[in-house]
Amino acid sequence: MQRIGVFICWCGSNIAATVDVERVAEVIKSEPGVVFSANYQYMCSENGQQLIKNAIKEHHLTGIVVGSCSPRMHEATFRKTAEAAGLNPYMVEIANIREHCSWIHKDREEATEKAIILVRTAIAKVNLDAPLQAGESPVVKRALVIGGGIAGIQAALDIAEAGFEVDIVEKNATIGGRMAQLDKTFPTLDCSACILTPKMVDCAQSDKIDILSYSEVEEVKGFVGNFSVKIRKKARYVDEKKCTGCKVCMEKCPSKKGFNEFNMNLNNRTAIYIPFAQAVPNVAVIDPQQCIKLKTGKCGICQKFCGAGAIDYTMKDEFIERQYGAIVVATGFKPISLDAFNEYGYAENKDVITSLELERLMNAAGPTNGVLLRPSDGTHPKVITFIQCVGSRDTSGCGKPYCSKICCMYTAKHAMLIREKYPDTEVHVFYIDVRTPGKNYDEFYRRAVEQYGVDYIKGMVGKVYNENGKLMVQGSNLIDNEQVTIPSDLVVLAAAIEPEPSVRKIATLLTASIDTNNFLTEAHPKLRPVESPTAGVYLAGVCQGPKDIPETVSQASACAAKVIGLLVKDHLKTNPCVAQPDETMCNGCSQCANVCAYGAITYVDKEFRLGGGKTEIRRVASVNPAVCQGCGACTVTCPSGAMDLKGFSSKQIMSEVEAICKM
Amino acid sequence: MRDVELKMKERAAELLKSGEVARVIGWKKGEFYFDPEPSVFETEAELENFVYNGFCGANLSKYLIAASKKPGKTAVFLKPCDTYSFNELVKEHRVVRENIHVVAIECQGKLDISKIKKLGADAVTEVEELGEKVKVSSLYGDMEFAKEEVLLEKCLCCKGKEHKAADETIILHEMPETKNDRFSGVEKLEAMTPDERFAFWKGELSKCIRCNACRNVCPACSCVKCVFDNPNSGIAAKANDTEFEEQMFHIIRAFHVAGRCTDCGECSRVCPQNIPLHLLNRKFIKDIDTLYGEFQAGDVPEGKTPLTDYRTEDTEPGKVFDAEGKHA
Repeated sequence: MQRIGVFICWCGSNIAATVDVERVAEVIKSEPGVVFSANYQYMCSENGQQLIKNAIKEHHLTGIVVGSCSPRMHEATFRKTAEAAGLNPYMVEIANIREHCSWIHKDREEATEKAIILVRTAIAKVNLDAPLQAGESPVVKRALVIGGGIAGIQAALDIAEAGFEVDIVEKNATIGGRMAQLDKTFPTLDCSACILTPKMVDCAQSDKIDILSYSEVEEVKGFVGNFSVKIRKKARYVDEKKCTGCKVCMEKCPSKKGFNEFNMNLNNRTAIYIPFAQAVPNVAVIDPQQCIKLKTGKCGICQKFCGAGAIDYTMKDEFIERQYGAIVVATGFKPISLDAFNEYGYAENKDVITSLELERLMNAAGPTNGVLLRPSDGTHPKVITFIQCVGSRDTSGCGKPYCSKICCMYTAKHAMLIREKYPDTEVHVFYIDVRTPGKNYDEFYRRAVEQYGVDYIKGMVGKVYNENGKLMVQGSNLIDNEQVTIPSDLVVLAAAIEPEPSVRKIATLLTASIDTNNFLTEAHPKLRPVESPTAGVYLAGVCQGPKDIPETVSQASACAAKVIGLLVKDHLKTNPCVAQPDETMCNGCSQCANVCAYGAITYVDKEFRLGGGKTEIRRVASVNPAVCQGCGACTVTCPSGAMDLKGFSSKQIMSEVEAICKM
Repeated sequence: MRDVELKMKERAAELLKSGEVARVIGWKKGEFYFDPEPSVFETEAELENFVYNGFCGANLSKYLIAASKKPGKTAVFLKPCDTYSFNELVKEHRVVRENIHVVAIECQGKLDISKIKKLGADAVTEVEELGEKVKVSSLYGDMEFAKEEVLLEKCLCCKGKEHKAADETIILHEMPETKNDRFSGVEKLEAMTPDERFAFWKGELSKCIRCNACRNVCPACSCVKCVFDNPNSGIAAKANDTEFEEQMFHIIRAFHVAGRCTDCGECSRVCPQNIPLHLLNRKFIKDIDTLYGEFQAGDVPEGKTPLTDYRTEDTEPGKVFDAEGKHA
């Protein structure tokens, strides 16, 4: 029988205001195994911990229950406390009477009753706890960064700076990401490419960084410190080592009708192409959907003209497998599809464009060489109307419920740049609210209004329609309380941003959690914002939530700090709560191995005594404790119940359920 | 059918005589014509009682778990539908494929003696299968029925004449197939209100006497130690205490075989209380088909089942139930 001590925390008034802590401590004294109970204002404080230590020694406790906040907050604290007093740290159970009880109940009587049940449940579990010993696993001193935008670039540079090797896996032919498509950056209006491309070059020149462009992550196995990742290097039909980036192939290629994705499809590119002038690597790639040679077998002009002999039409996808200690996810974003927003006439009118398209139209390397011309007829637009929150803060179901965060600032930037460059242009902006928190942000927006005379109209747009070549923007002006119609030459939609859709696959491969909007979830929204709940996986940039460039870079550097902190360690303590098969019951049916996401289960043939001097050889499961992450998928899959989880045995869970049901 | 039986017997004798196999699993004469039972034949002499007729519905694949552990090879006679269970057992490493010699045999659809009895033919002494018709001879004279009227439930929804595993075949006649919609029974249940459905199952399951015949005959129920026999599992029971328990027994069993059940129909065939247990399994099969795409357990002897495999394009958990809590 265990000798259990129960410690009920007030958490100041967080728990004590709603839960009668004295009563909880008193009532549970009669639970089986409980020999001591106490309550204290802050159990996590030095004094609180001392109280626990003293009780463990004085009462010879073999297990303790702390009724306090979520185990995510202080489980580690109390385990260390117990260990310091000579108790095995896995003999500690937390009853969460704050998040699961006091914070969500109003009625003191009800909350107290529930707190008693929760503590009783933890007591039931600790009664069946057994001491566990953590093992050790080595750390592979190499990091993987998924996504080569500014987030991935910054994270990789910082990790490399600390002396660790980093691979950047980028699905496009070049790194650079969305930032490479931008013209100027707020609030300083410096050229995006001018500040990004040096970092791209740094990546290329670093002997610690390996850029795997035009590649995708296919498979991830293993766990923190020891991931094994299979990467698909897509066939680019150009030998990376031979191509000099001379672009002769692009001049000669006869297939010129491909959409130029880099320019948001505003102009065309050849089938063999380098996405943009400063691409890293500066190596061409062939679009197999468009290449005449790959489609029909006839052409081969680029091969003929390539002085380096880099073109290889027979190239196949290649797979490489590498080991990593840590993984940074930096998969970025895309503007949402505007299919559900017919009211703005985006599909029907060439001159209704998105903000990212405007970036390209204003960029010197863009389709118009930086001269702002309407896509429809190539004339200068004289009246430009911006519509903000297109699909952001949208609860109608067509768009996204969240604020995309960057649109207010880039719209102010666009408005200002247009007024600066083309003072004869009239600029209107429809907005719901203007949100500009951030250093020098509000000043920036005010400059657009006050200095550049941009006409900000508070109100939403109901309709954009074409009348004799003019785009009529019909909306409401809430300040003047009137309906307005603005005949415009160009309409710019600040489309909401969403995580790059491929992040879903990545999240699945990494078993990293994802929210309803496809943003990756952080381990703690405030205190662990750059870590995924999956150990060894870190989040940088918009894949975790909407953010601008400075925030993205900060987060990427924070990720790098976390990764470096992990990679400097030679060994990691492993979680001893791992699966363990009961070989006498194991059927060897492989179902557990089929569901194991970590590849921790293998099978061995073992001889069993059947009685009467007979033996039988059976195939039984064997768990590698260094690989098992204790997720429990195998335990619920096993039909005979042969697989169990240490520290979370089926018996423990059932006894907890019974404790809850026992009124 | 007589010619098939003779050929099978002859082949069994050859296999045993040549020493190619140490034993043959087939059917032997029962007390009556209509109750042949699965049997292991180890000598030619034992083959005297070998039988194969319209009542050999039993699926022999499960007997191979024990047999494949014994020294020497085992020959087994498998009807097309039995080969699915066989593959499933191979897939789960319960049967060592190399130790088995599969003789894939002809099947004209197997007969349900209780249906025949209900139609008024008692003390059956022989049945002659004449295509669409069957001639039943009994102590009280001869009767003729349409075959569809007296087929086993599982044969009404025949999985087809293709053997999914075979080392040799004995097929002397064209094999017919019945193409009934096997989910019609499930659809009827799905159309019920939850209360009606509960009442239906309560009525059926309360007939259960916990004889464990369904479990013992089920090729998917092959655990070394069944949870219902394991005092540590918390659900072990030899008898039903309450109505609730018997529901749990069958429902837990259905869960355990979900994704692995080949719909061989043995559970319903052997149930002495005539509980339509196959409906529980078919509901699972129908749901798996709907949610993960058509899947037939035992189609192949390797690979994962939809429930133990994860693909990024898998149905999201929320889609399993619609807003009204109705099943997909």
